[in-house]
Amino acid sequence: MSSEIAFDAAHHNIVELRDVGVSYGSSIALNNVTHSVASGEWLGVIGANGAGKTTLLRSIARLISYSGEILVNGRAVADLSRKEFAKLVAYVPQKPELPPDMRAIDYAALGRMPHLGYFGAEGPNDREIAGNLLERLGLSQLAERHLGTMSGGELQRLVLARALAQDAPALLLDEPTSALDLGRRVEALELVDELRLERGLTVISAMHDLSLAAQFAGQLVLLDAGSIVAAGTAEEVLEEKLLDYHFGTQVRILRTEDGELVVVPRRTKPKGNHA
Amino acid sequence: MSTTSTSSETSSPRNASESRAGASAPVSARMPLLVTGIGLIVVVVLSTAIGPSGVSLWTVIQVLVSHIPLLHFHSAASNSVINQAIVLDVRLPRVVLGGLVGAMLAAGGASYQGVFRNPLADPYLLGVAAGAGLGATIVIVANSGSTALLPIAAFIGGAGAVTLTYLVGARFGGRSSGASIVLAGIAIAAIFTAAQTFLQQQHAQDLQAVYSWILGSLSLATWSDVWLILPYLAVSTVVLLAHRRLLDVLRLGEEEASSLGINPQRIRLIVVAAATLGTAAAVSVSGLIGFVGIIVPHVIRRTTNASYRVVMPVSMVAGAAFLILADLVAHTIESPAEVPLGVITAFVGGPFFIFVLRSRRTHEGVL
Repeated sequence: MSSEIAFDAAHHNIVELRDVGVSYGSSIALNNVTHSVASGEWLGVIGANGAGKTTLLRSIARLISYSGEILVNGRAVADLSRKEFAKLVAYVPQKPELPPDMRAIDYAALGRMPHLGYFGAEGPNDREIAGNLLERLGLSQLAERHLGTMSGGELQRLVLARALAQDAPALLLDEPTSALDLGRRVEALELVDELRLERGLTVISAMHDLSLAAQFAGQLVLLDAGSIVAAGTAEEVLEEKLLDYHFGTQVRILRTEDGELVVVPRRTKPKGNHA
Repeated sequence: MSTTSTSSETSSPRNASESRAGASAPVSARMPLLVTGIGLIVVVVLSTAIGPSGVSLWTVIQVLVSHIPLLHFHSAASNSVINQAIVLDVRLPRVVLGGLVGAMLAAGGASYQGVFRNPLADPYLLGVAAGAGLGATIVIVANSGSTALLPIAAFIGGAGAVTLTYLVGARFGGRSSGASIVLAGIAIAAIFTAAQTFLQQQHAQDLQAVYSWILGSLSLATWSDVWLILPYLAVSTVVLLAHRRLLDVLRLGEEEASSLGINPQRIRLIVVAAATLGTAAAVSVSGLIGFVGIIVPHVIRRTTNASYRVVMPVSMVAGAAFLILADLVAHTIESPAEVPLGVITAFVGGPFFIFVLRSRRTHEGVL
């Protein structure tokens, strides 16, 4: 037993996909995807619209049926009970449901569900965990506020608080910043990164903005038509030709003086022909 | 790439409007329960004290107090056989039955709204009452007189109607579509009501019994009615109260609820079954009393906290008080004649329904 625990704590694969396939009717959404995500890593899932980013996250989150095998913490997901699974993987969809008349603190506390019995109400300990998370995410003054009165940035942090209340080692984020403006985007991702380091979380996120993906995700996988066509660090995956081909456009990859990669889309038709 | 995302910042700087003791104070139903509880007691005493026989409030209180165990209070008034009969055998069973039915309809409404994530859902829209009505009519028609089988027949009819509604709505509208389920309920209710009307017309000799049942009345309430529905209501309300937290989780939608480790389909099935059991039993002794299931949870939701932890228990107390009061109006406004109870609740409920429809447009997605 003790060797198993030691193994758990060391660097190992927290999420493993083996030949995972998903099809919607006759169309294949995910095609024999095999990939491992190491504990503590941030994996950015990139690709064009419809490439399978959301499908990949949803199959890991056990929300759709798939062929092949997914292991979380070394155990086959199919063998885990719902609660066991929810203690391992927290999932934030692209557009979370935010009942406008629910209070922020009650929303965050819903994240404690996997730790409660079927009928057991959350105890003071659970309220405290939810309260501490609101404080950590700078929302403690908003605890009593209703969700309908909160801004996009506040809601984004609140959704994170709920996911973190699950106390799961793996956090799945589907386009975590799509509803946010530029400043809030960086803020949200920085927060996720801080929390990842603080809590040793493994983050898997679908990301639209390739420059932000390059800055935050240590590892990237590029999906096209349901298959992984490239995987590795940002340096390895973000190549002009590769992106041009798989996104069906033209991009230019620049490097800032800090050595950060920046992906800039280029217009394909010449400018100013409407004289 | 677009720059439209800046519009997502819509916060009003109205900071921490209600500052309570602790930022993480749990949702509490204590205060609203106290207020509605006091209201319920007032309404119970009032309803027991008002009636055509002119037994005074003071006499009623004496009779009631003399029946509190271990108190050993007795007086001339409380010892009067006539007073005892009027208070204990005529007025009190009616009040108790009204309270039970009101509590059940409110809890049933709140449950349906939670399960279907539709604030306009109530047992009647989904066909429970129409199904229960058909079941009850079949029993009345088949063996005129005996009502022992009524709750069971009503339950089977109600459960069957909801199951059909649910299957039809899910089949044609997808699981997430609340509107399609309400529409399916309307269709199923229409079919069951048509069958019920047909049966009723074919058996004109039972028309009176069927009709008085349908219009909703507590005028013939006896203790045996109370004992008849009590087990069903007890099971139903215990299950619904136990699931009130899970109804809060269901508000996040099927996927997020299941990613929090619960099984939404199973919870839905349990809650619908429990709510149907209780509603069908309540309806079988009171008839089709409309709108209680919508009005009461909505008022509670708007005046307290939207959490089902509060809405469920408080709605039950408020529903009991509301129906007892409505019944008091029903049998005093035209005294000695009785206005059907369903008429009174619909007079309040109709306008309220319109109000809910109107306000729902202004802030979309209330539930």
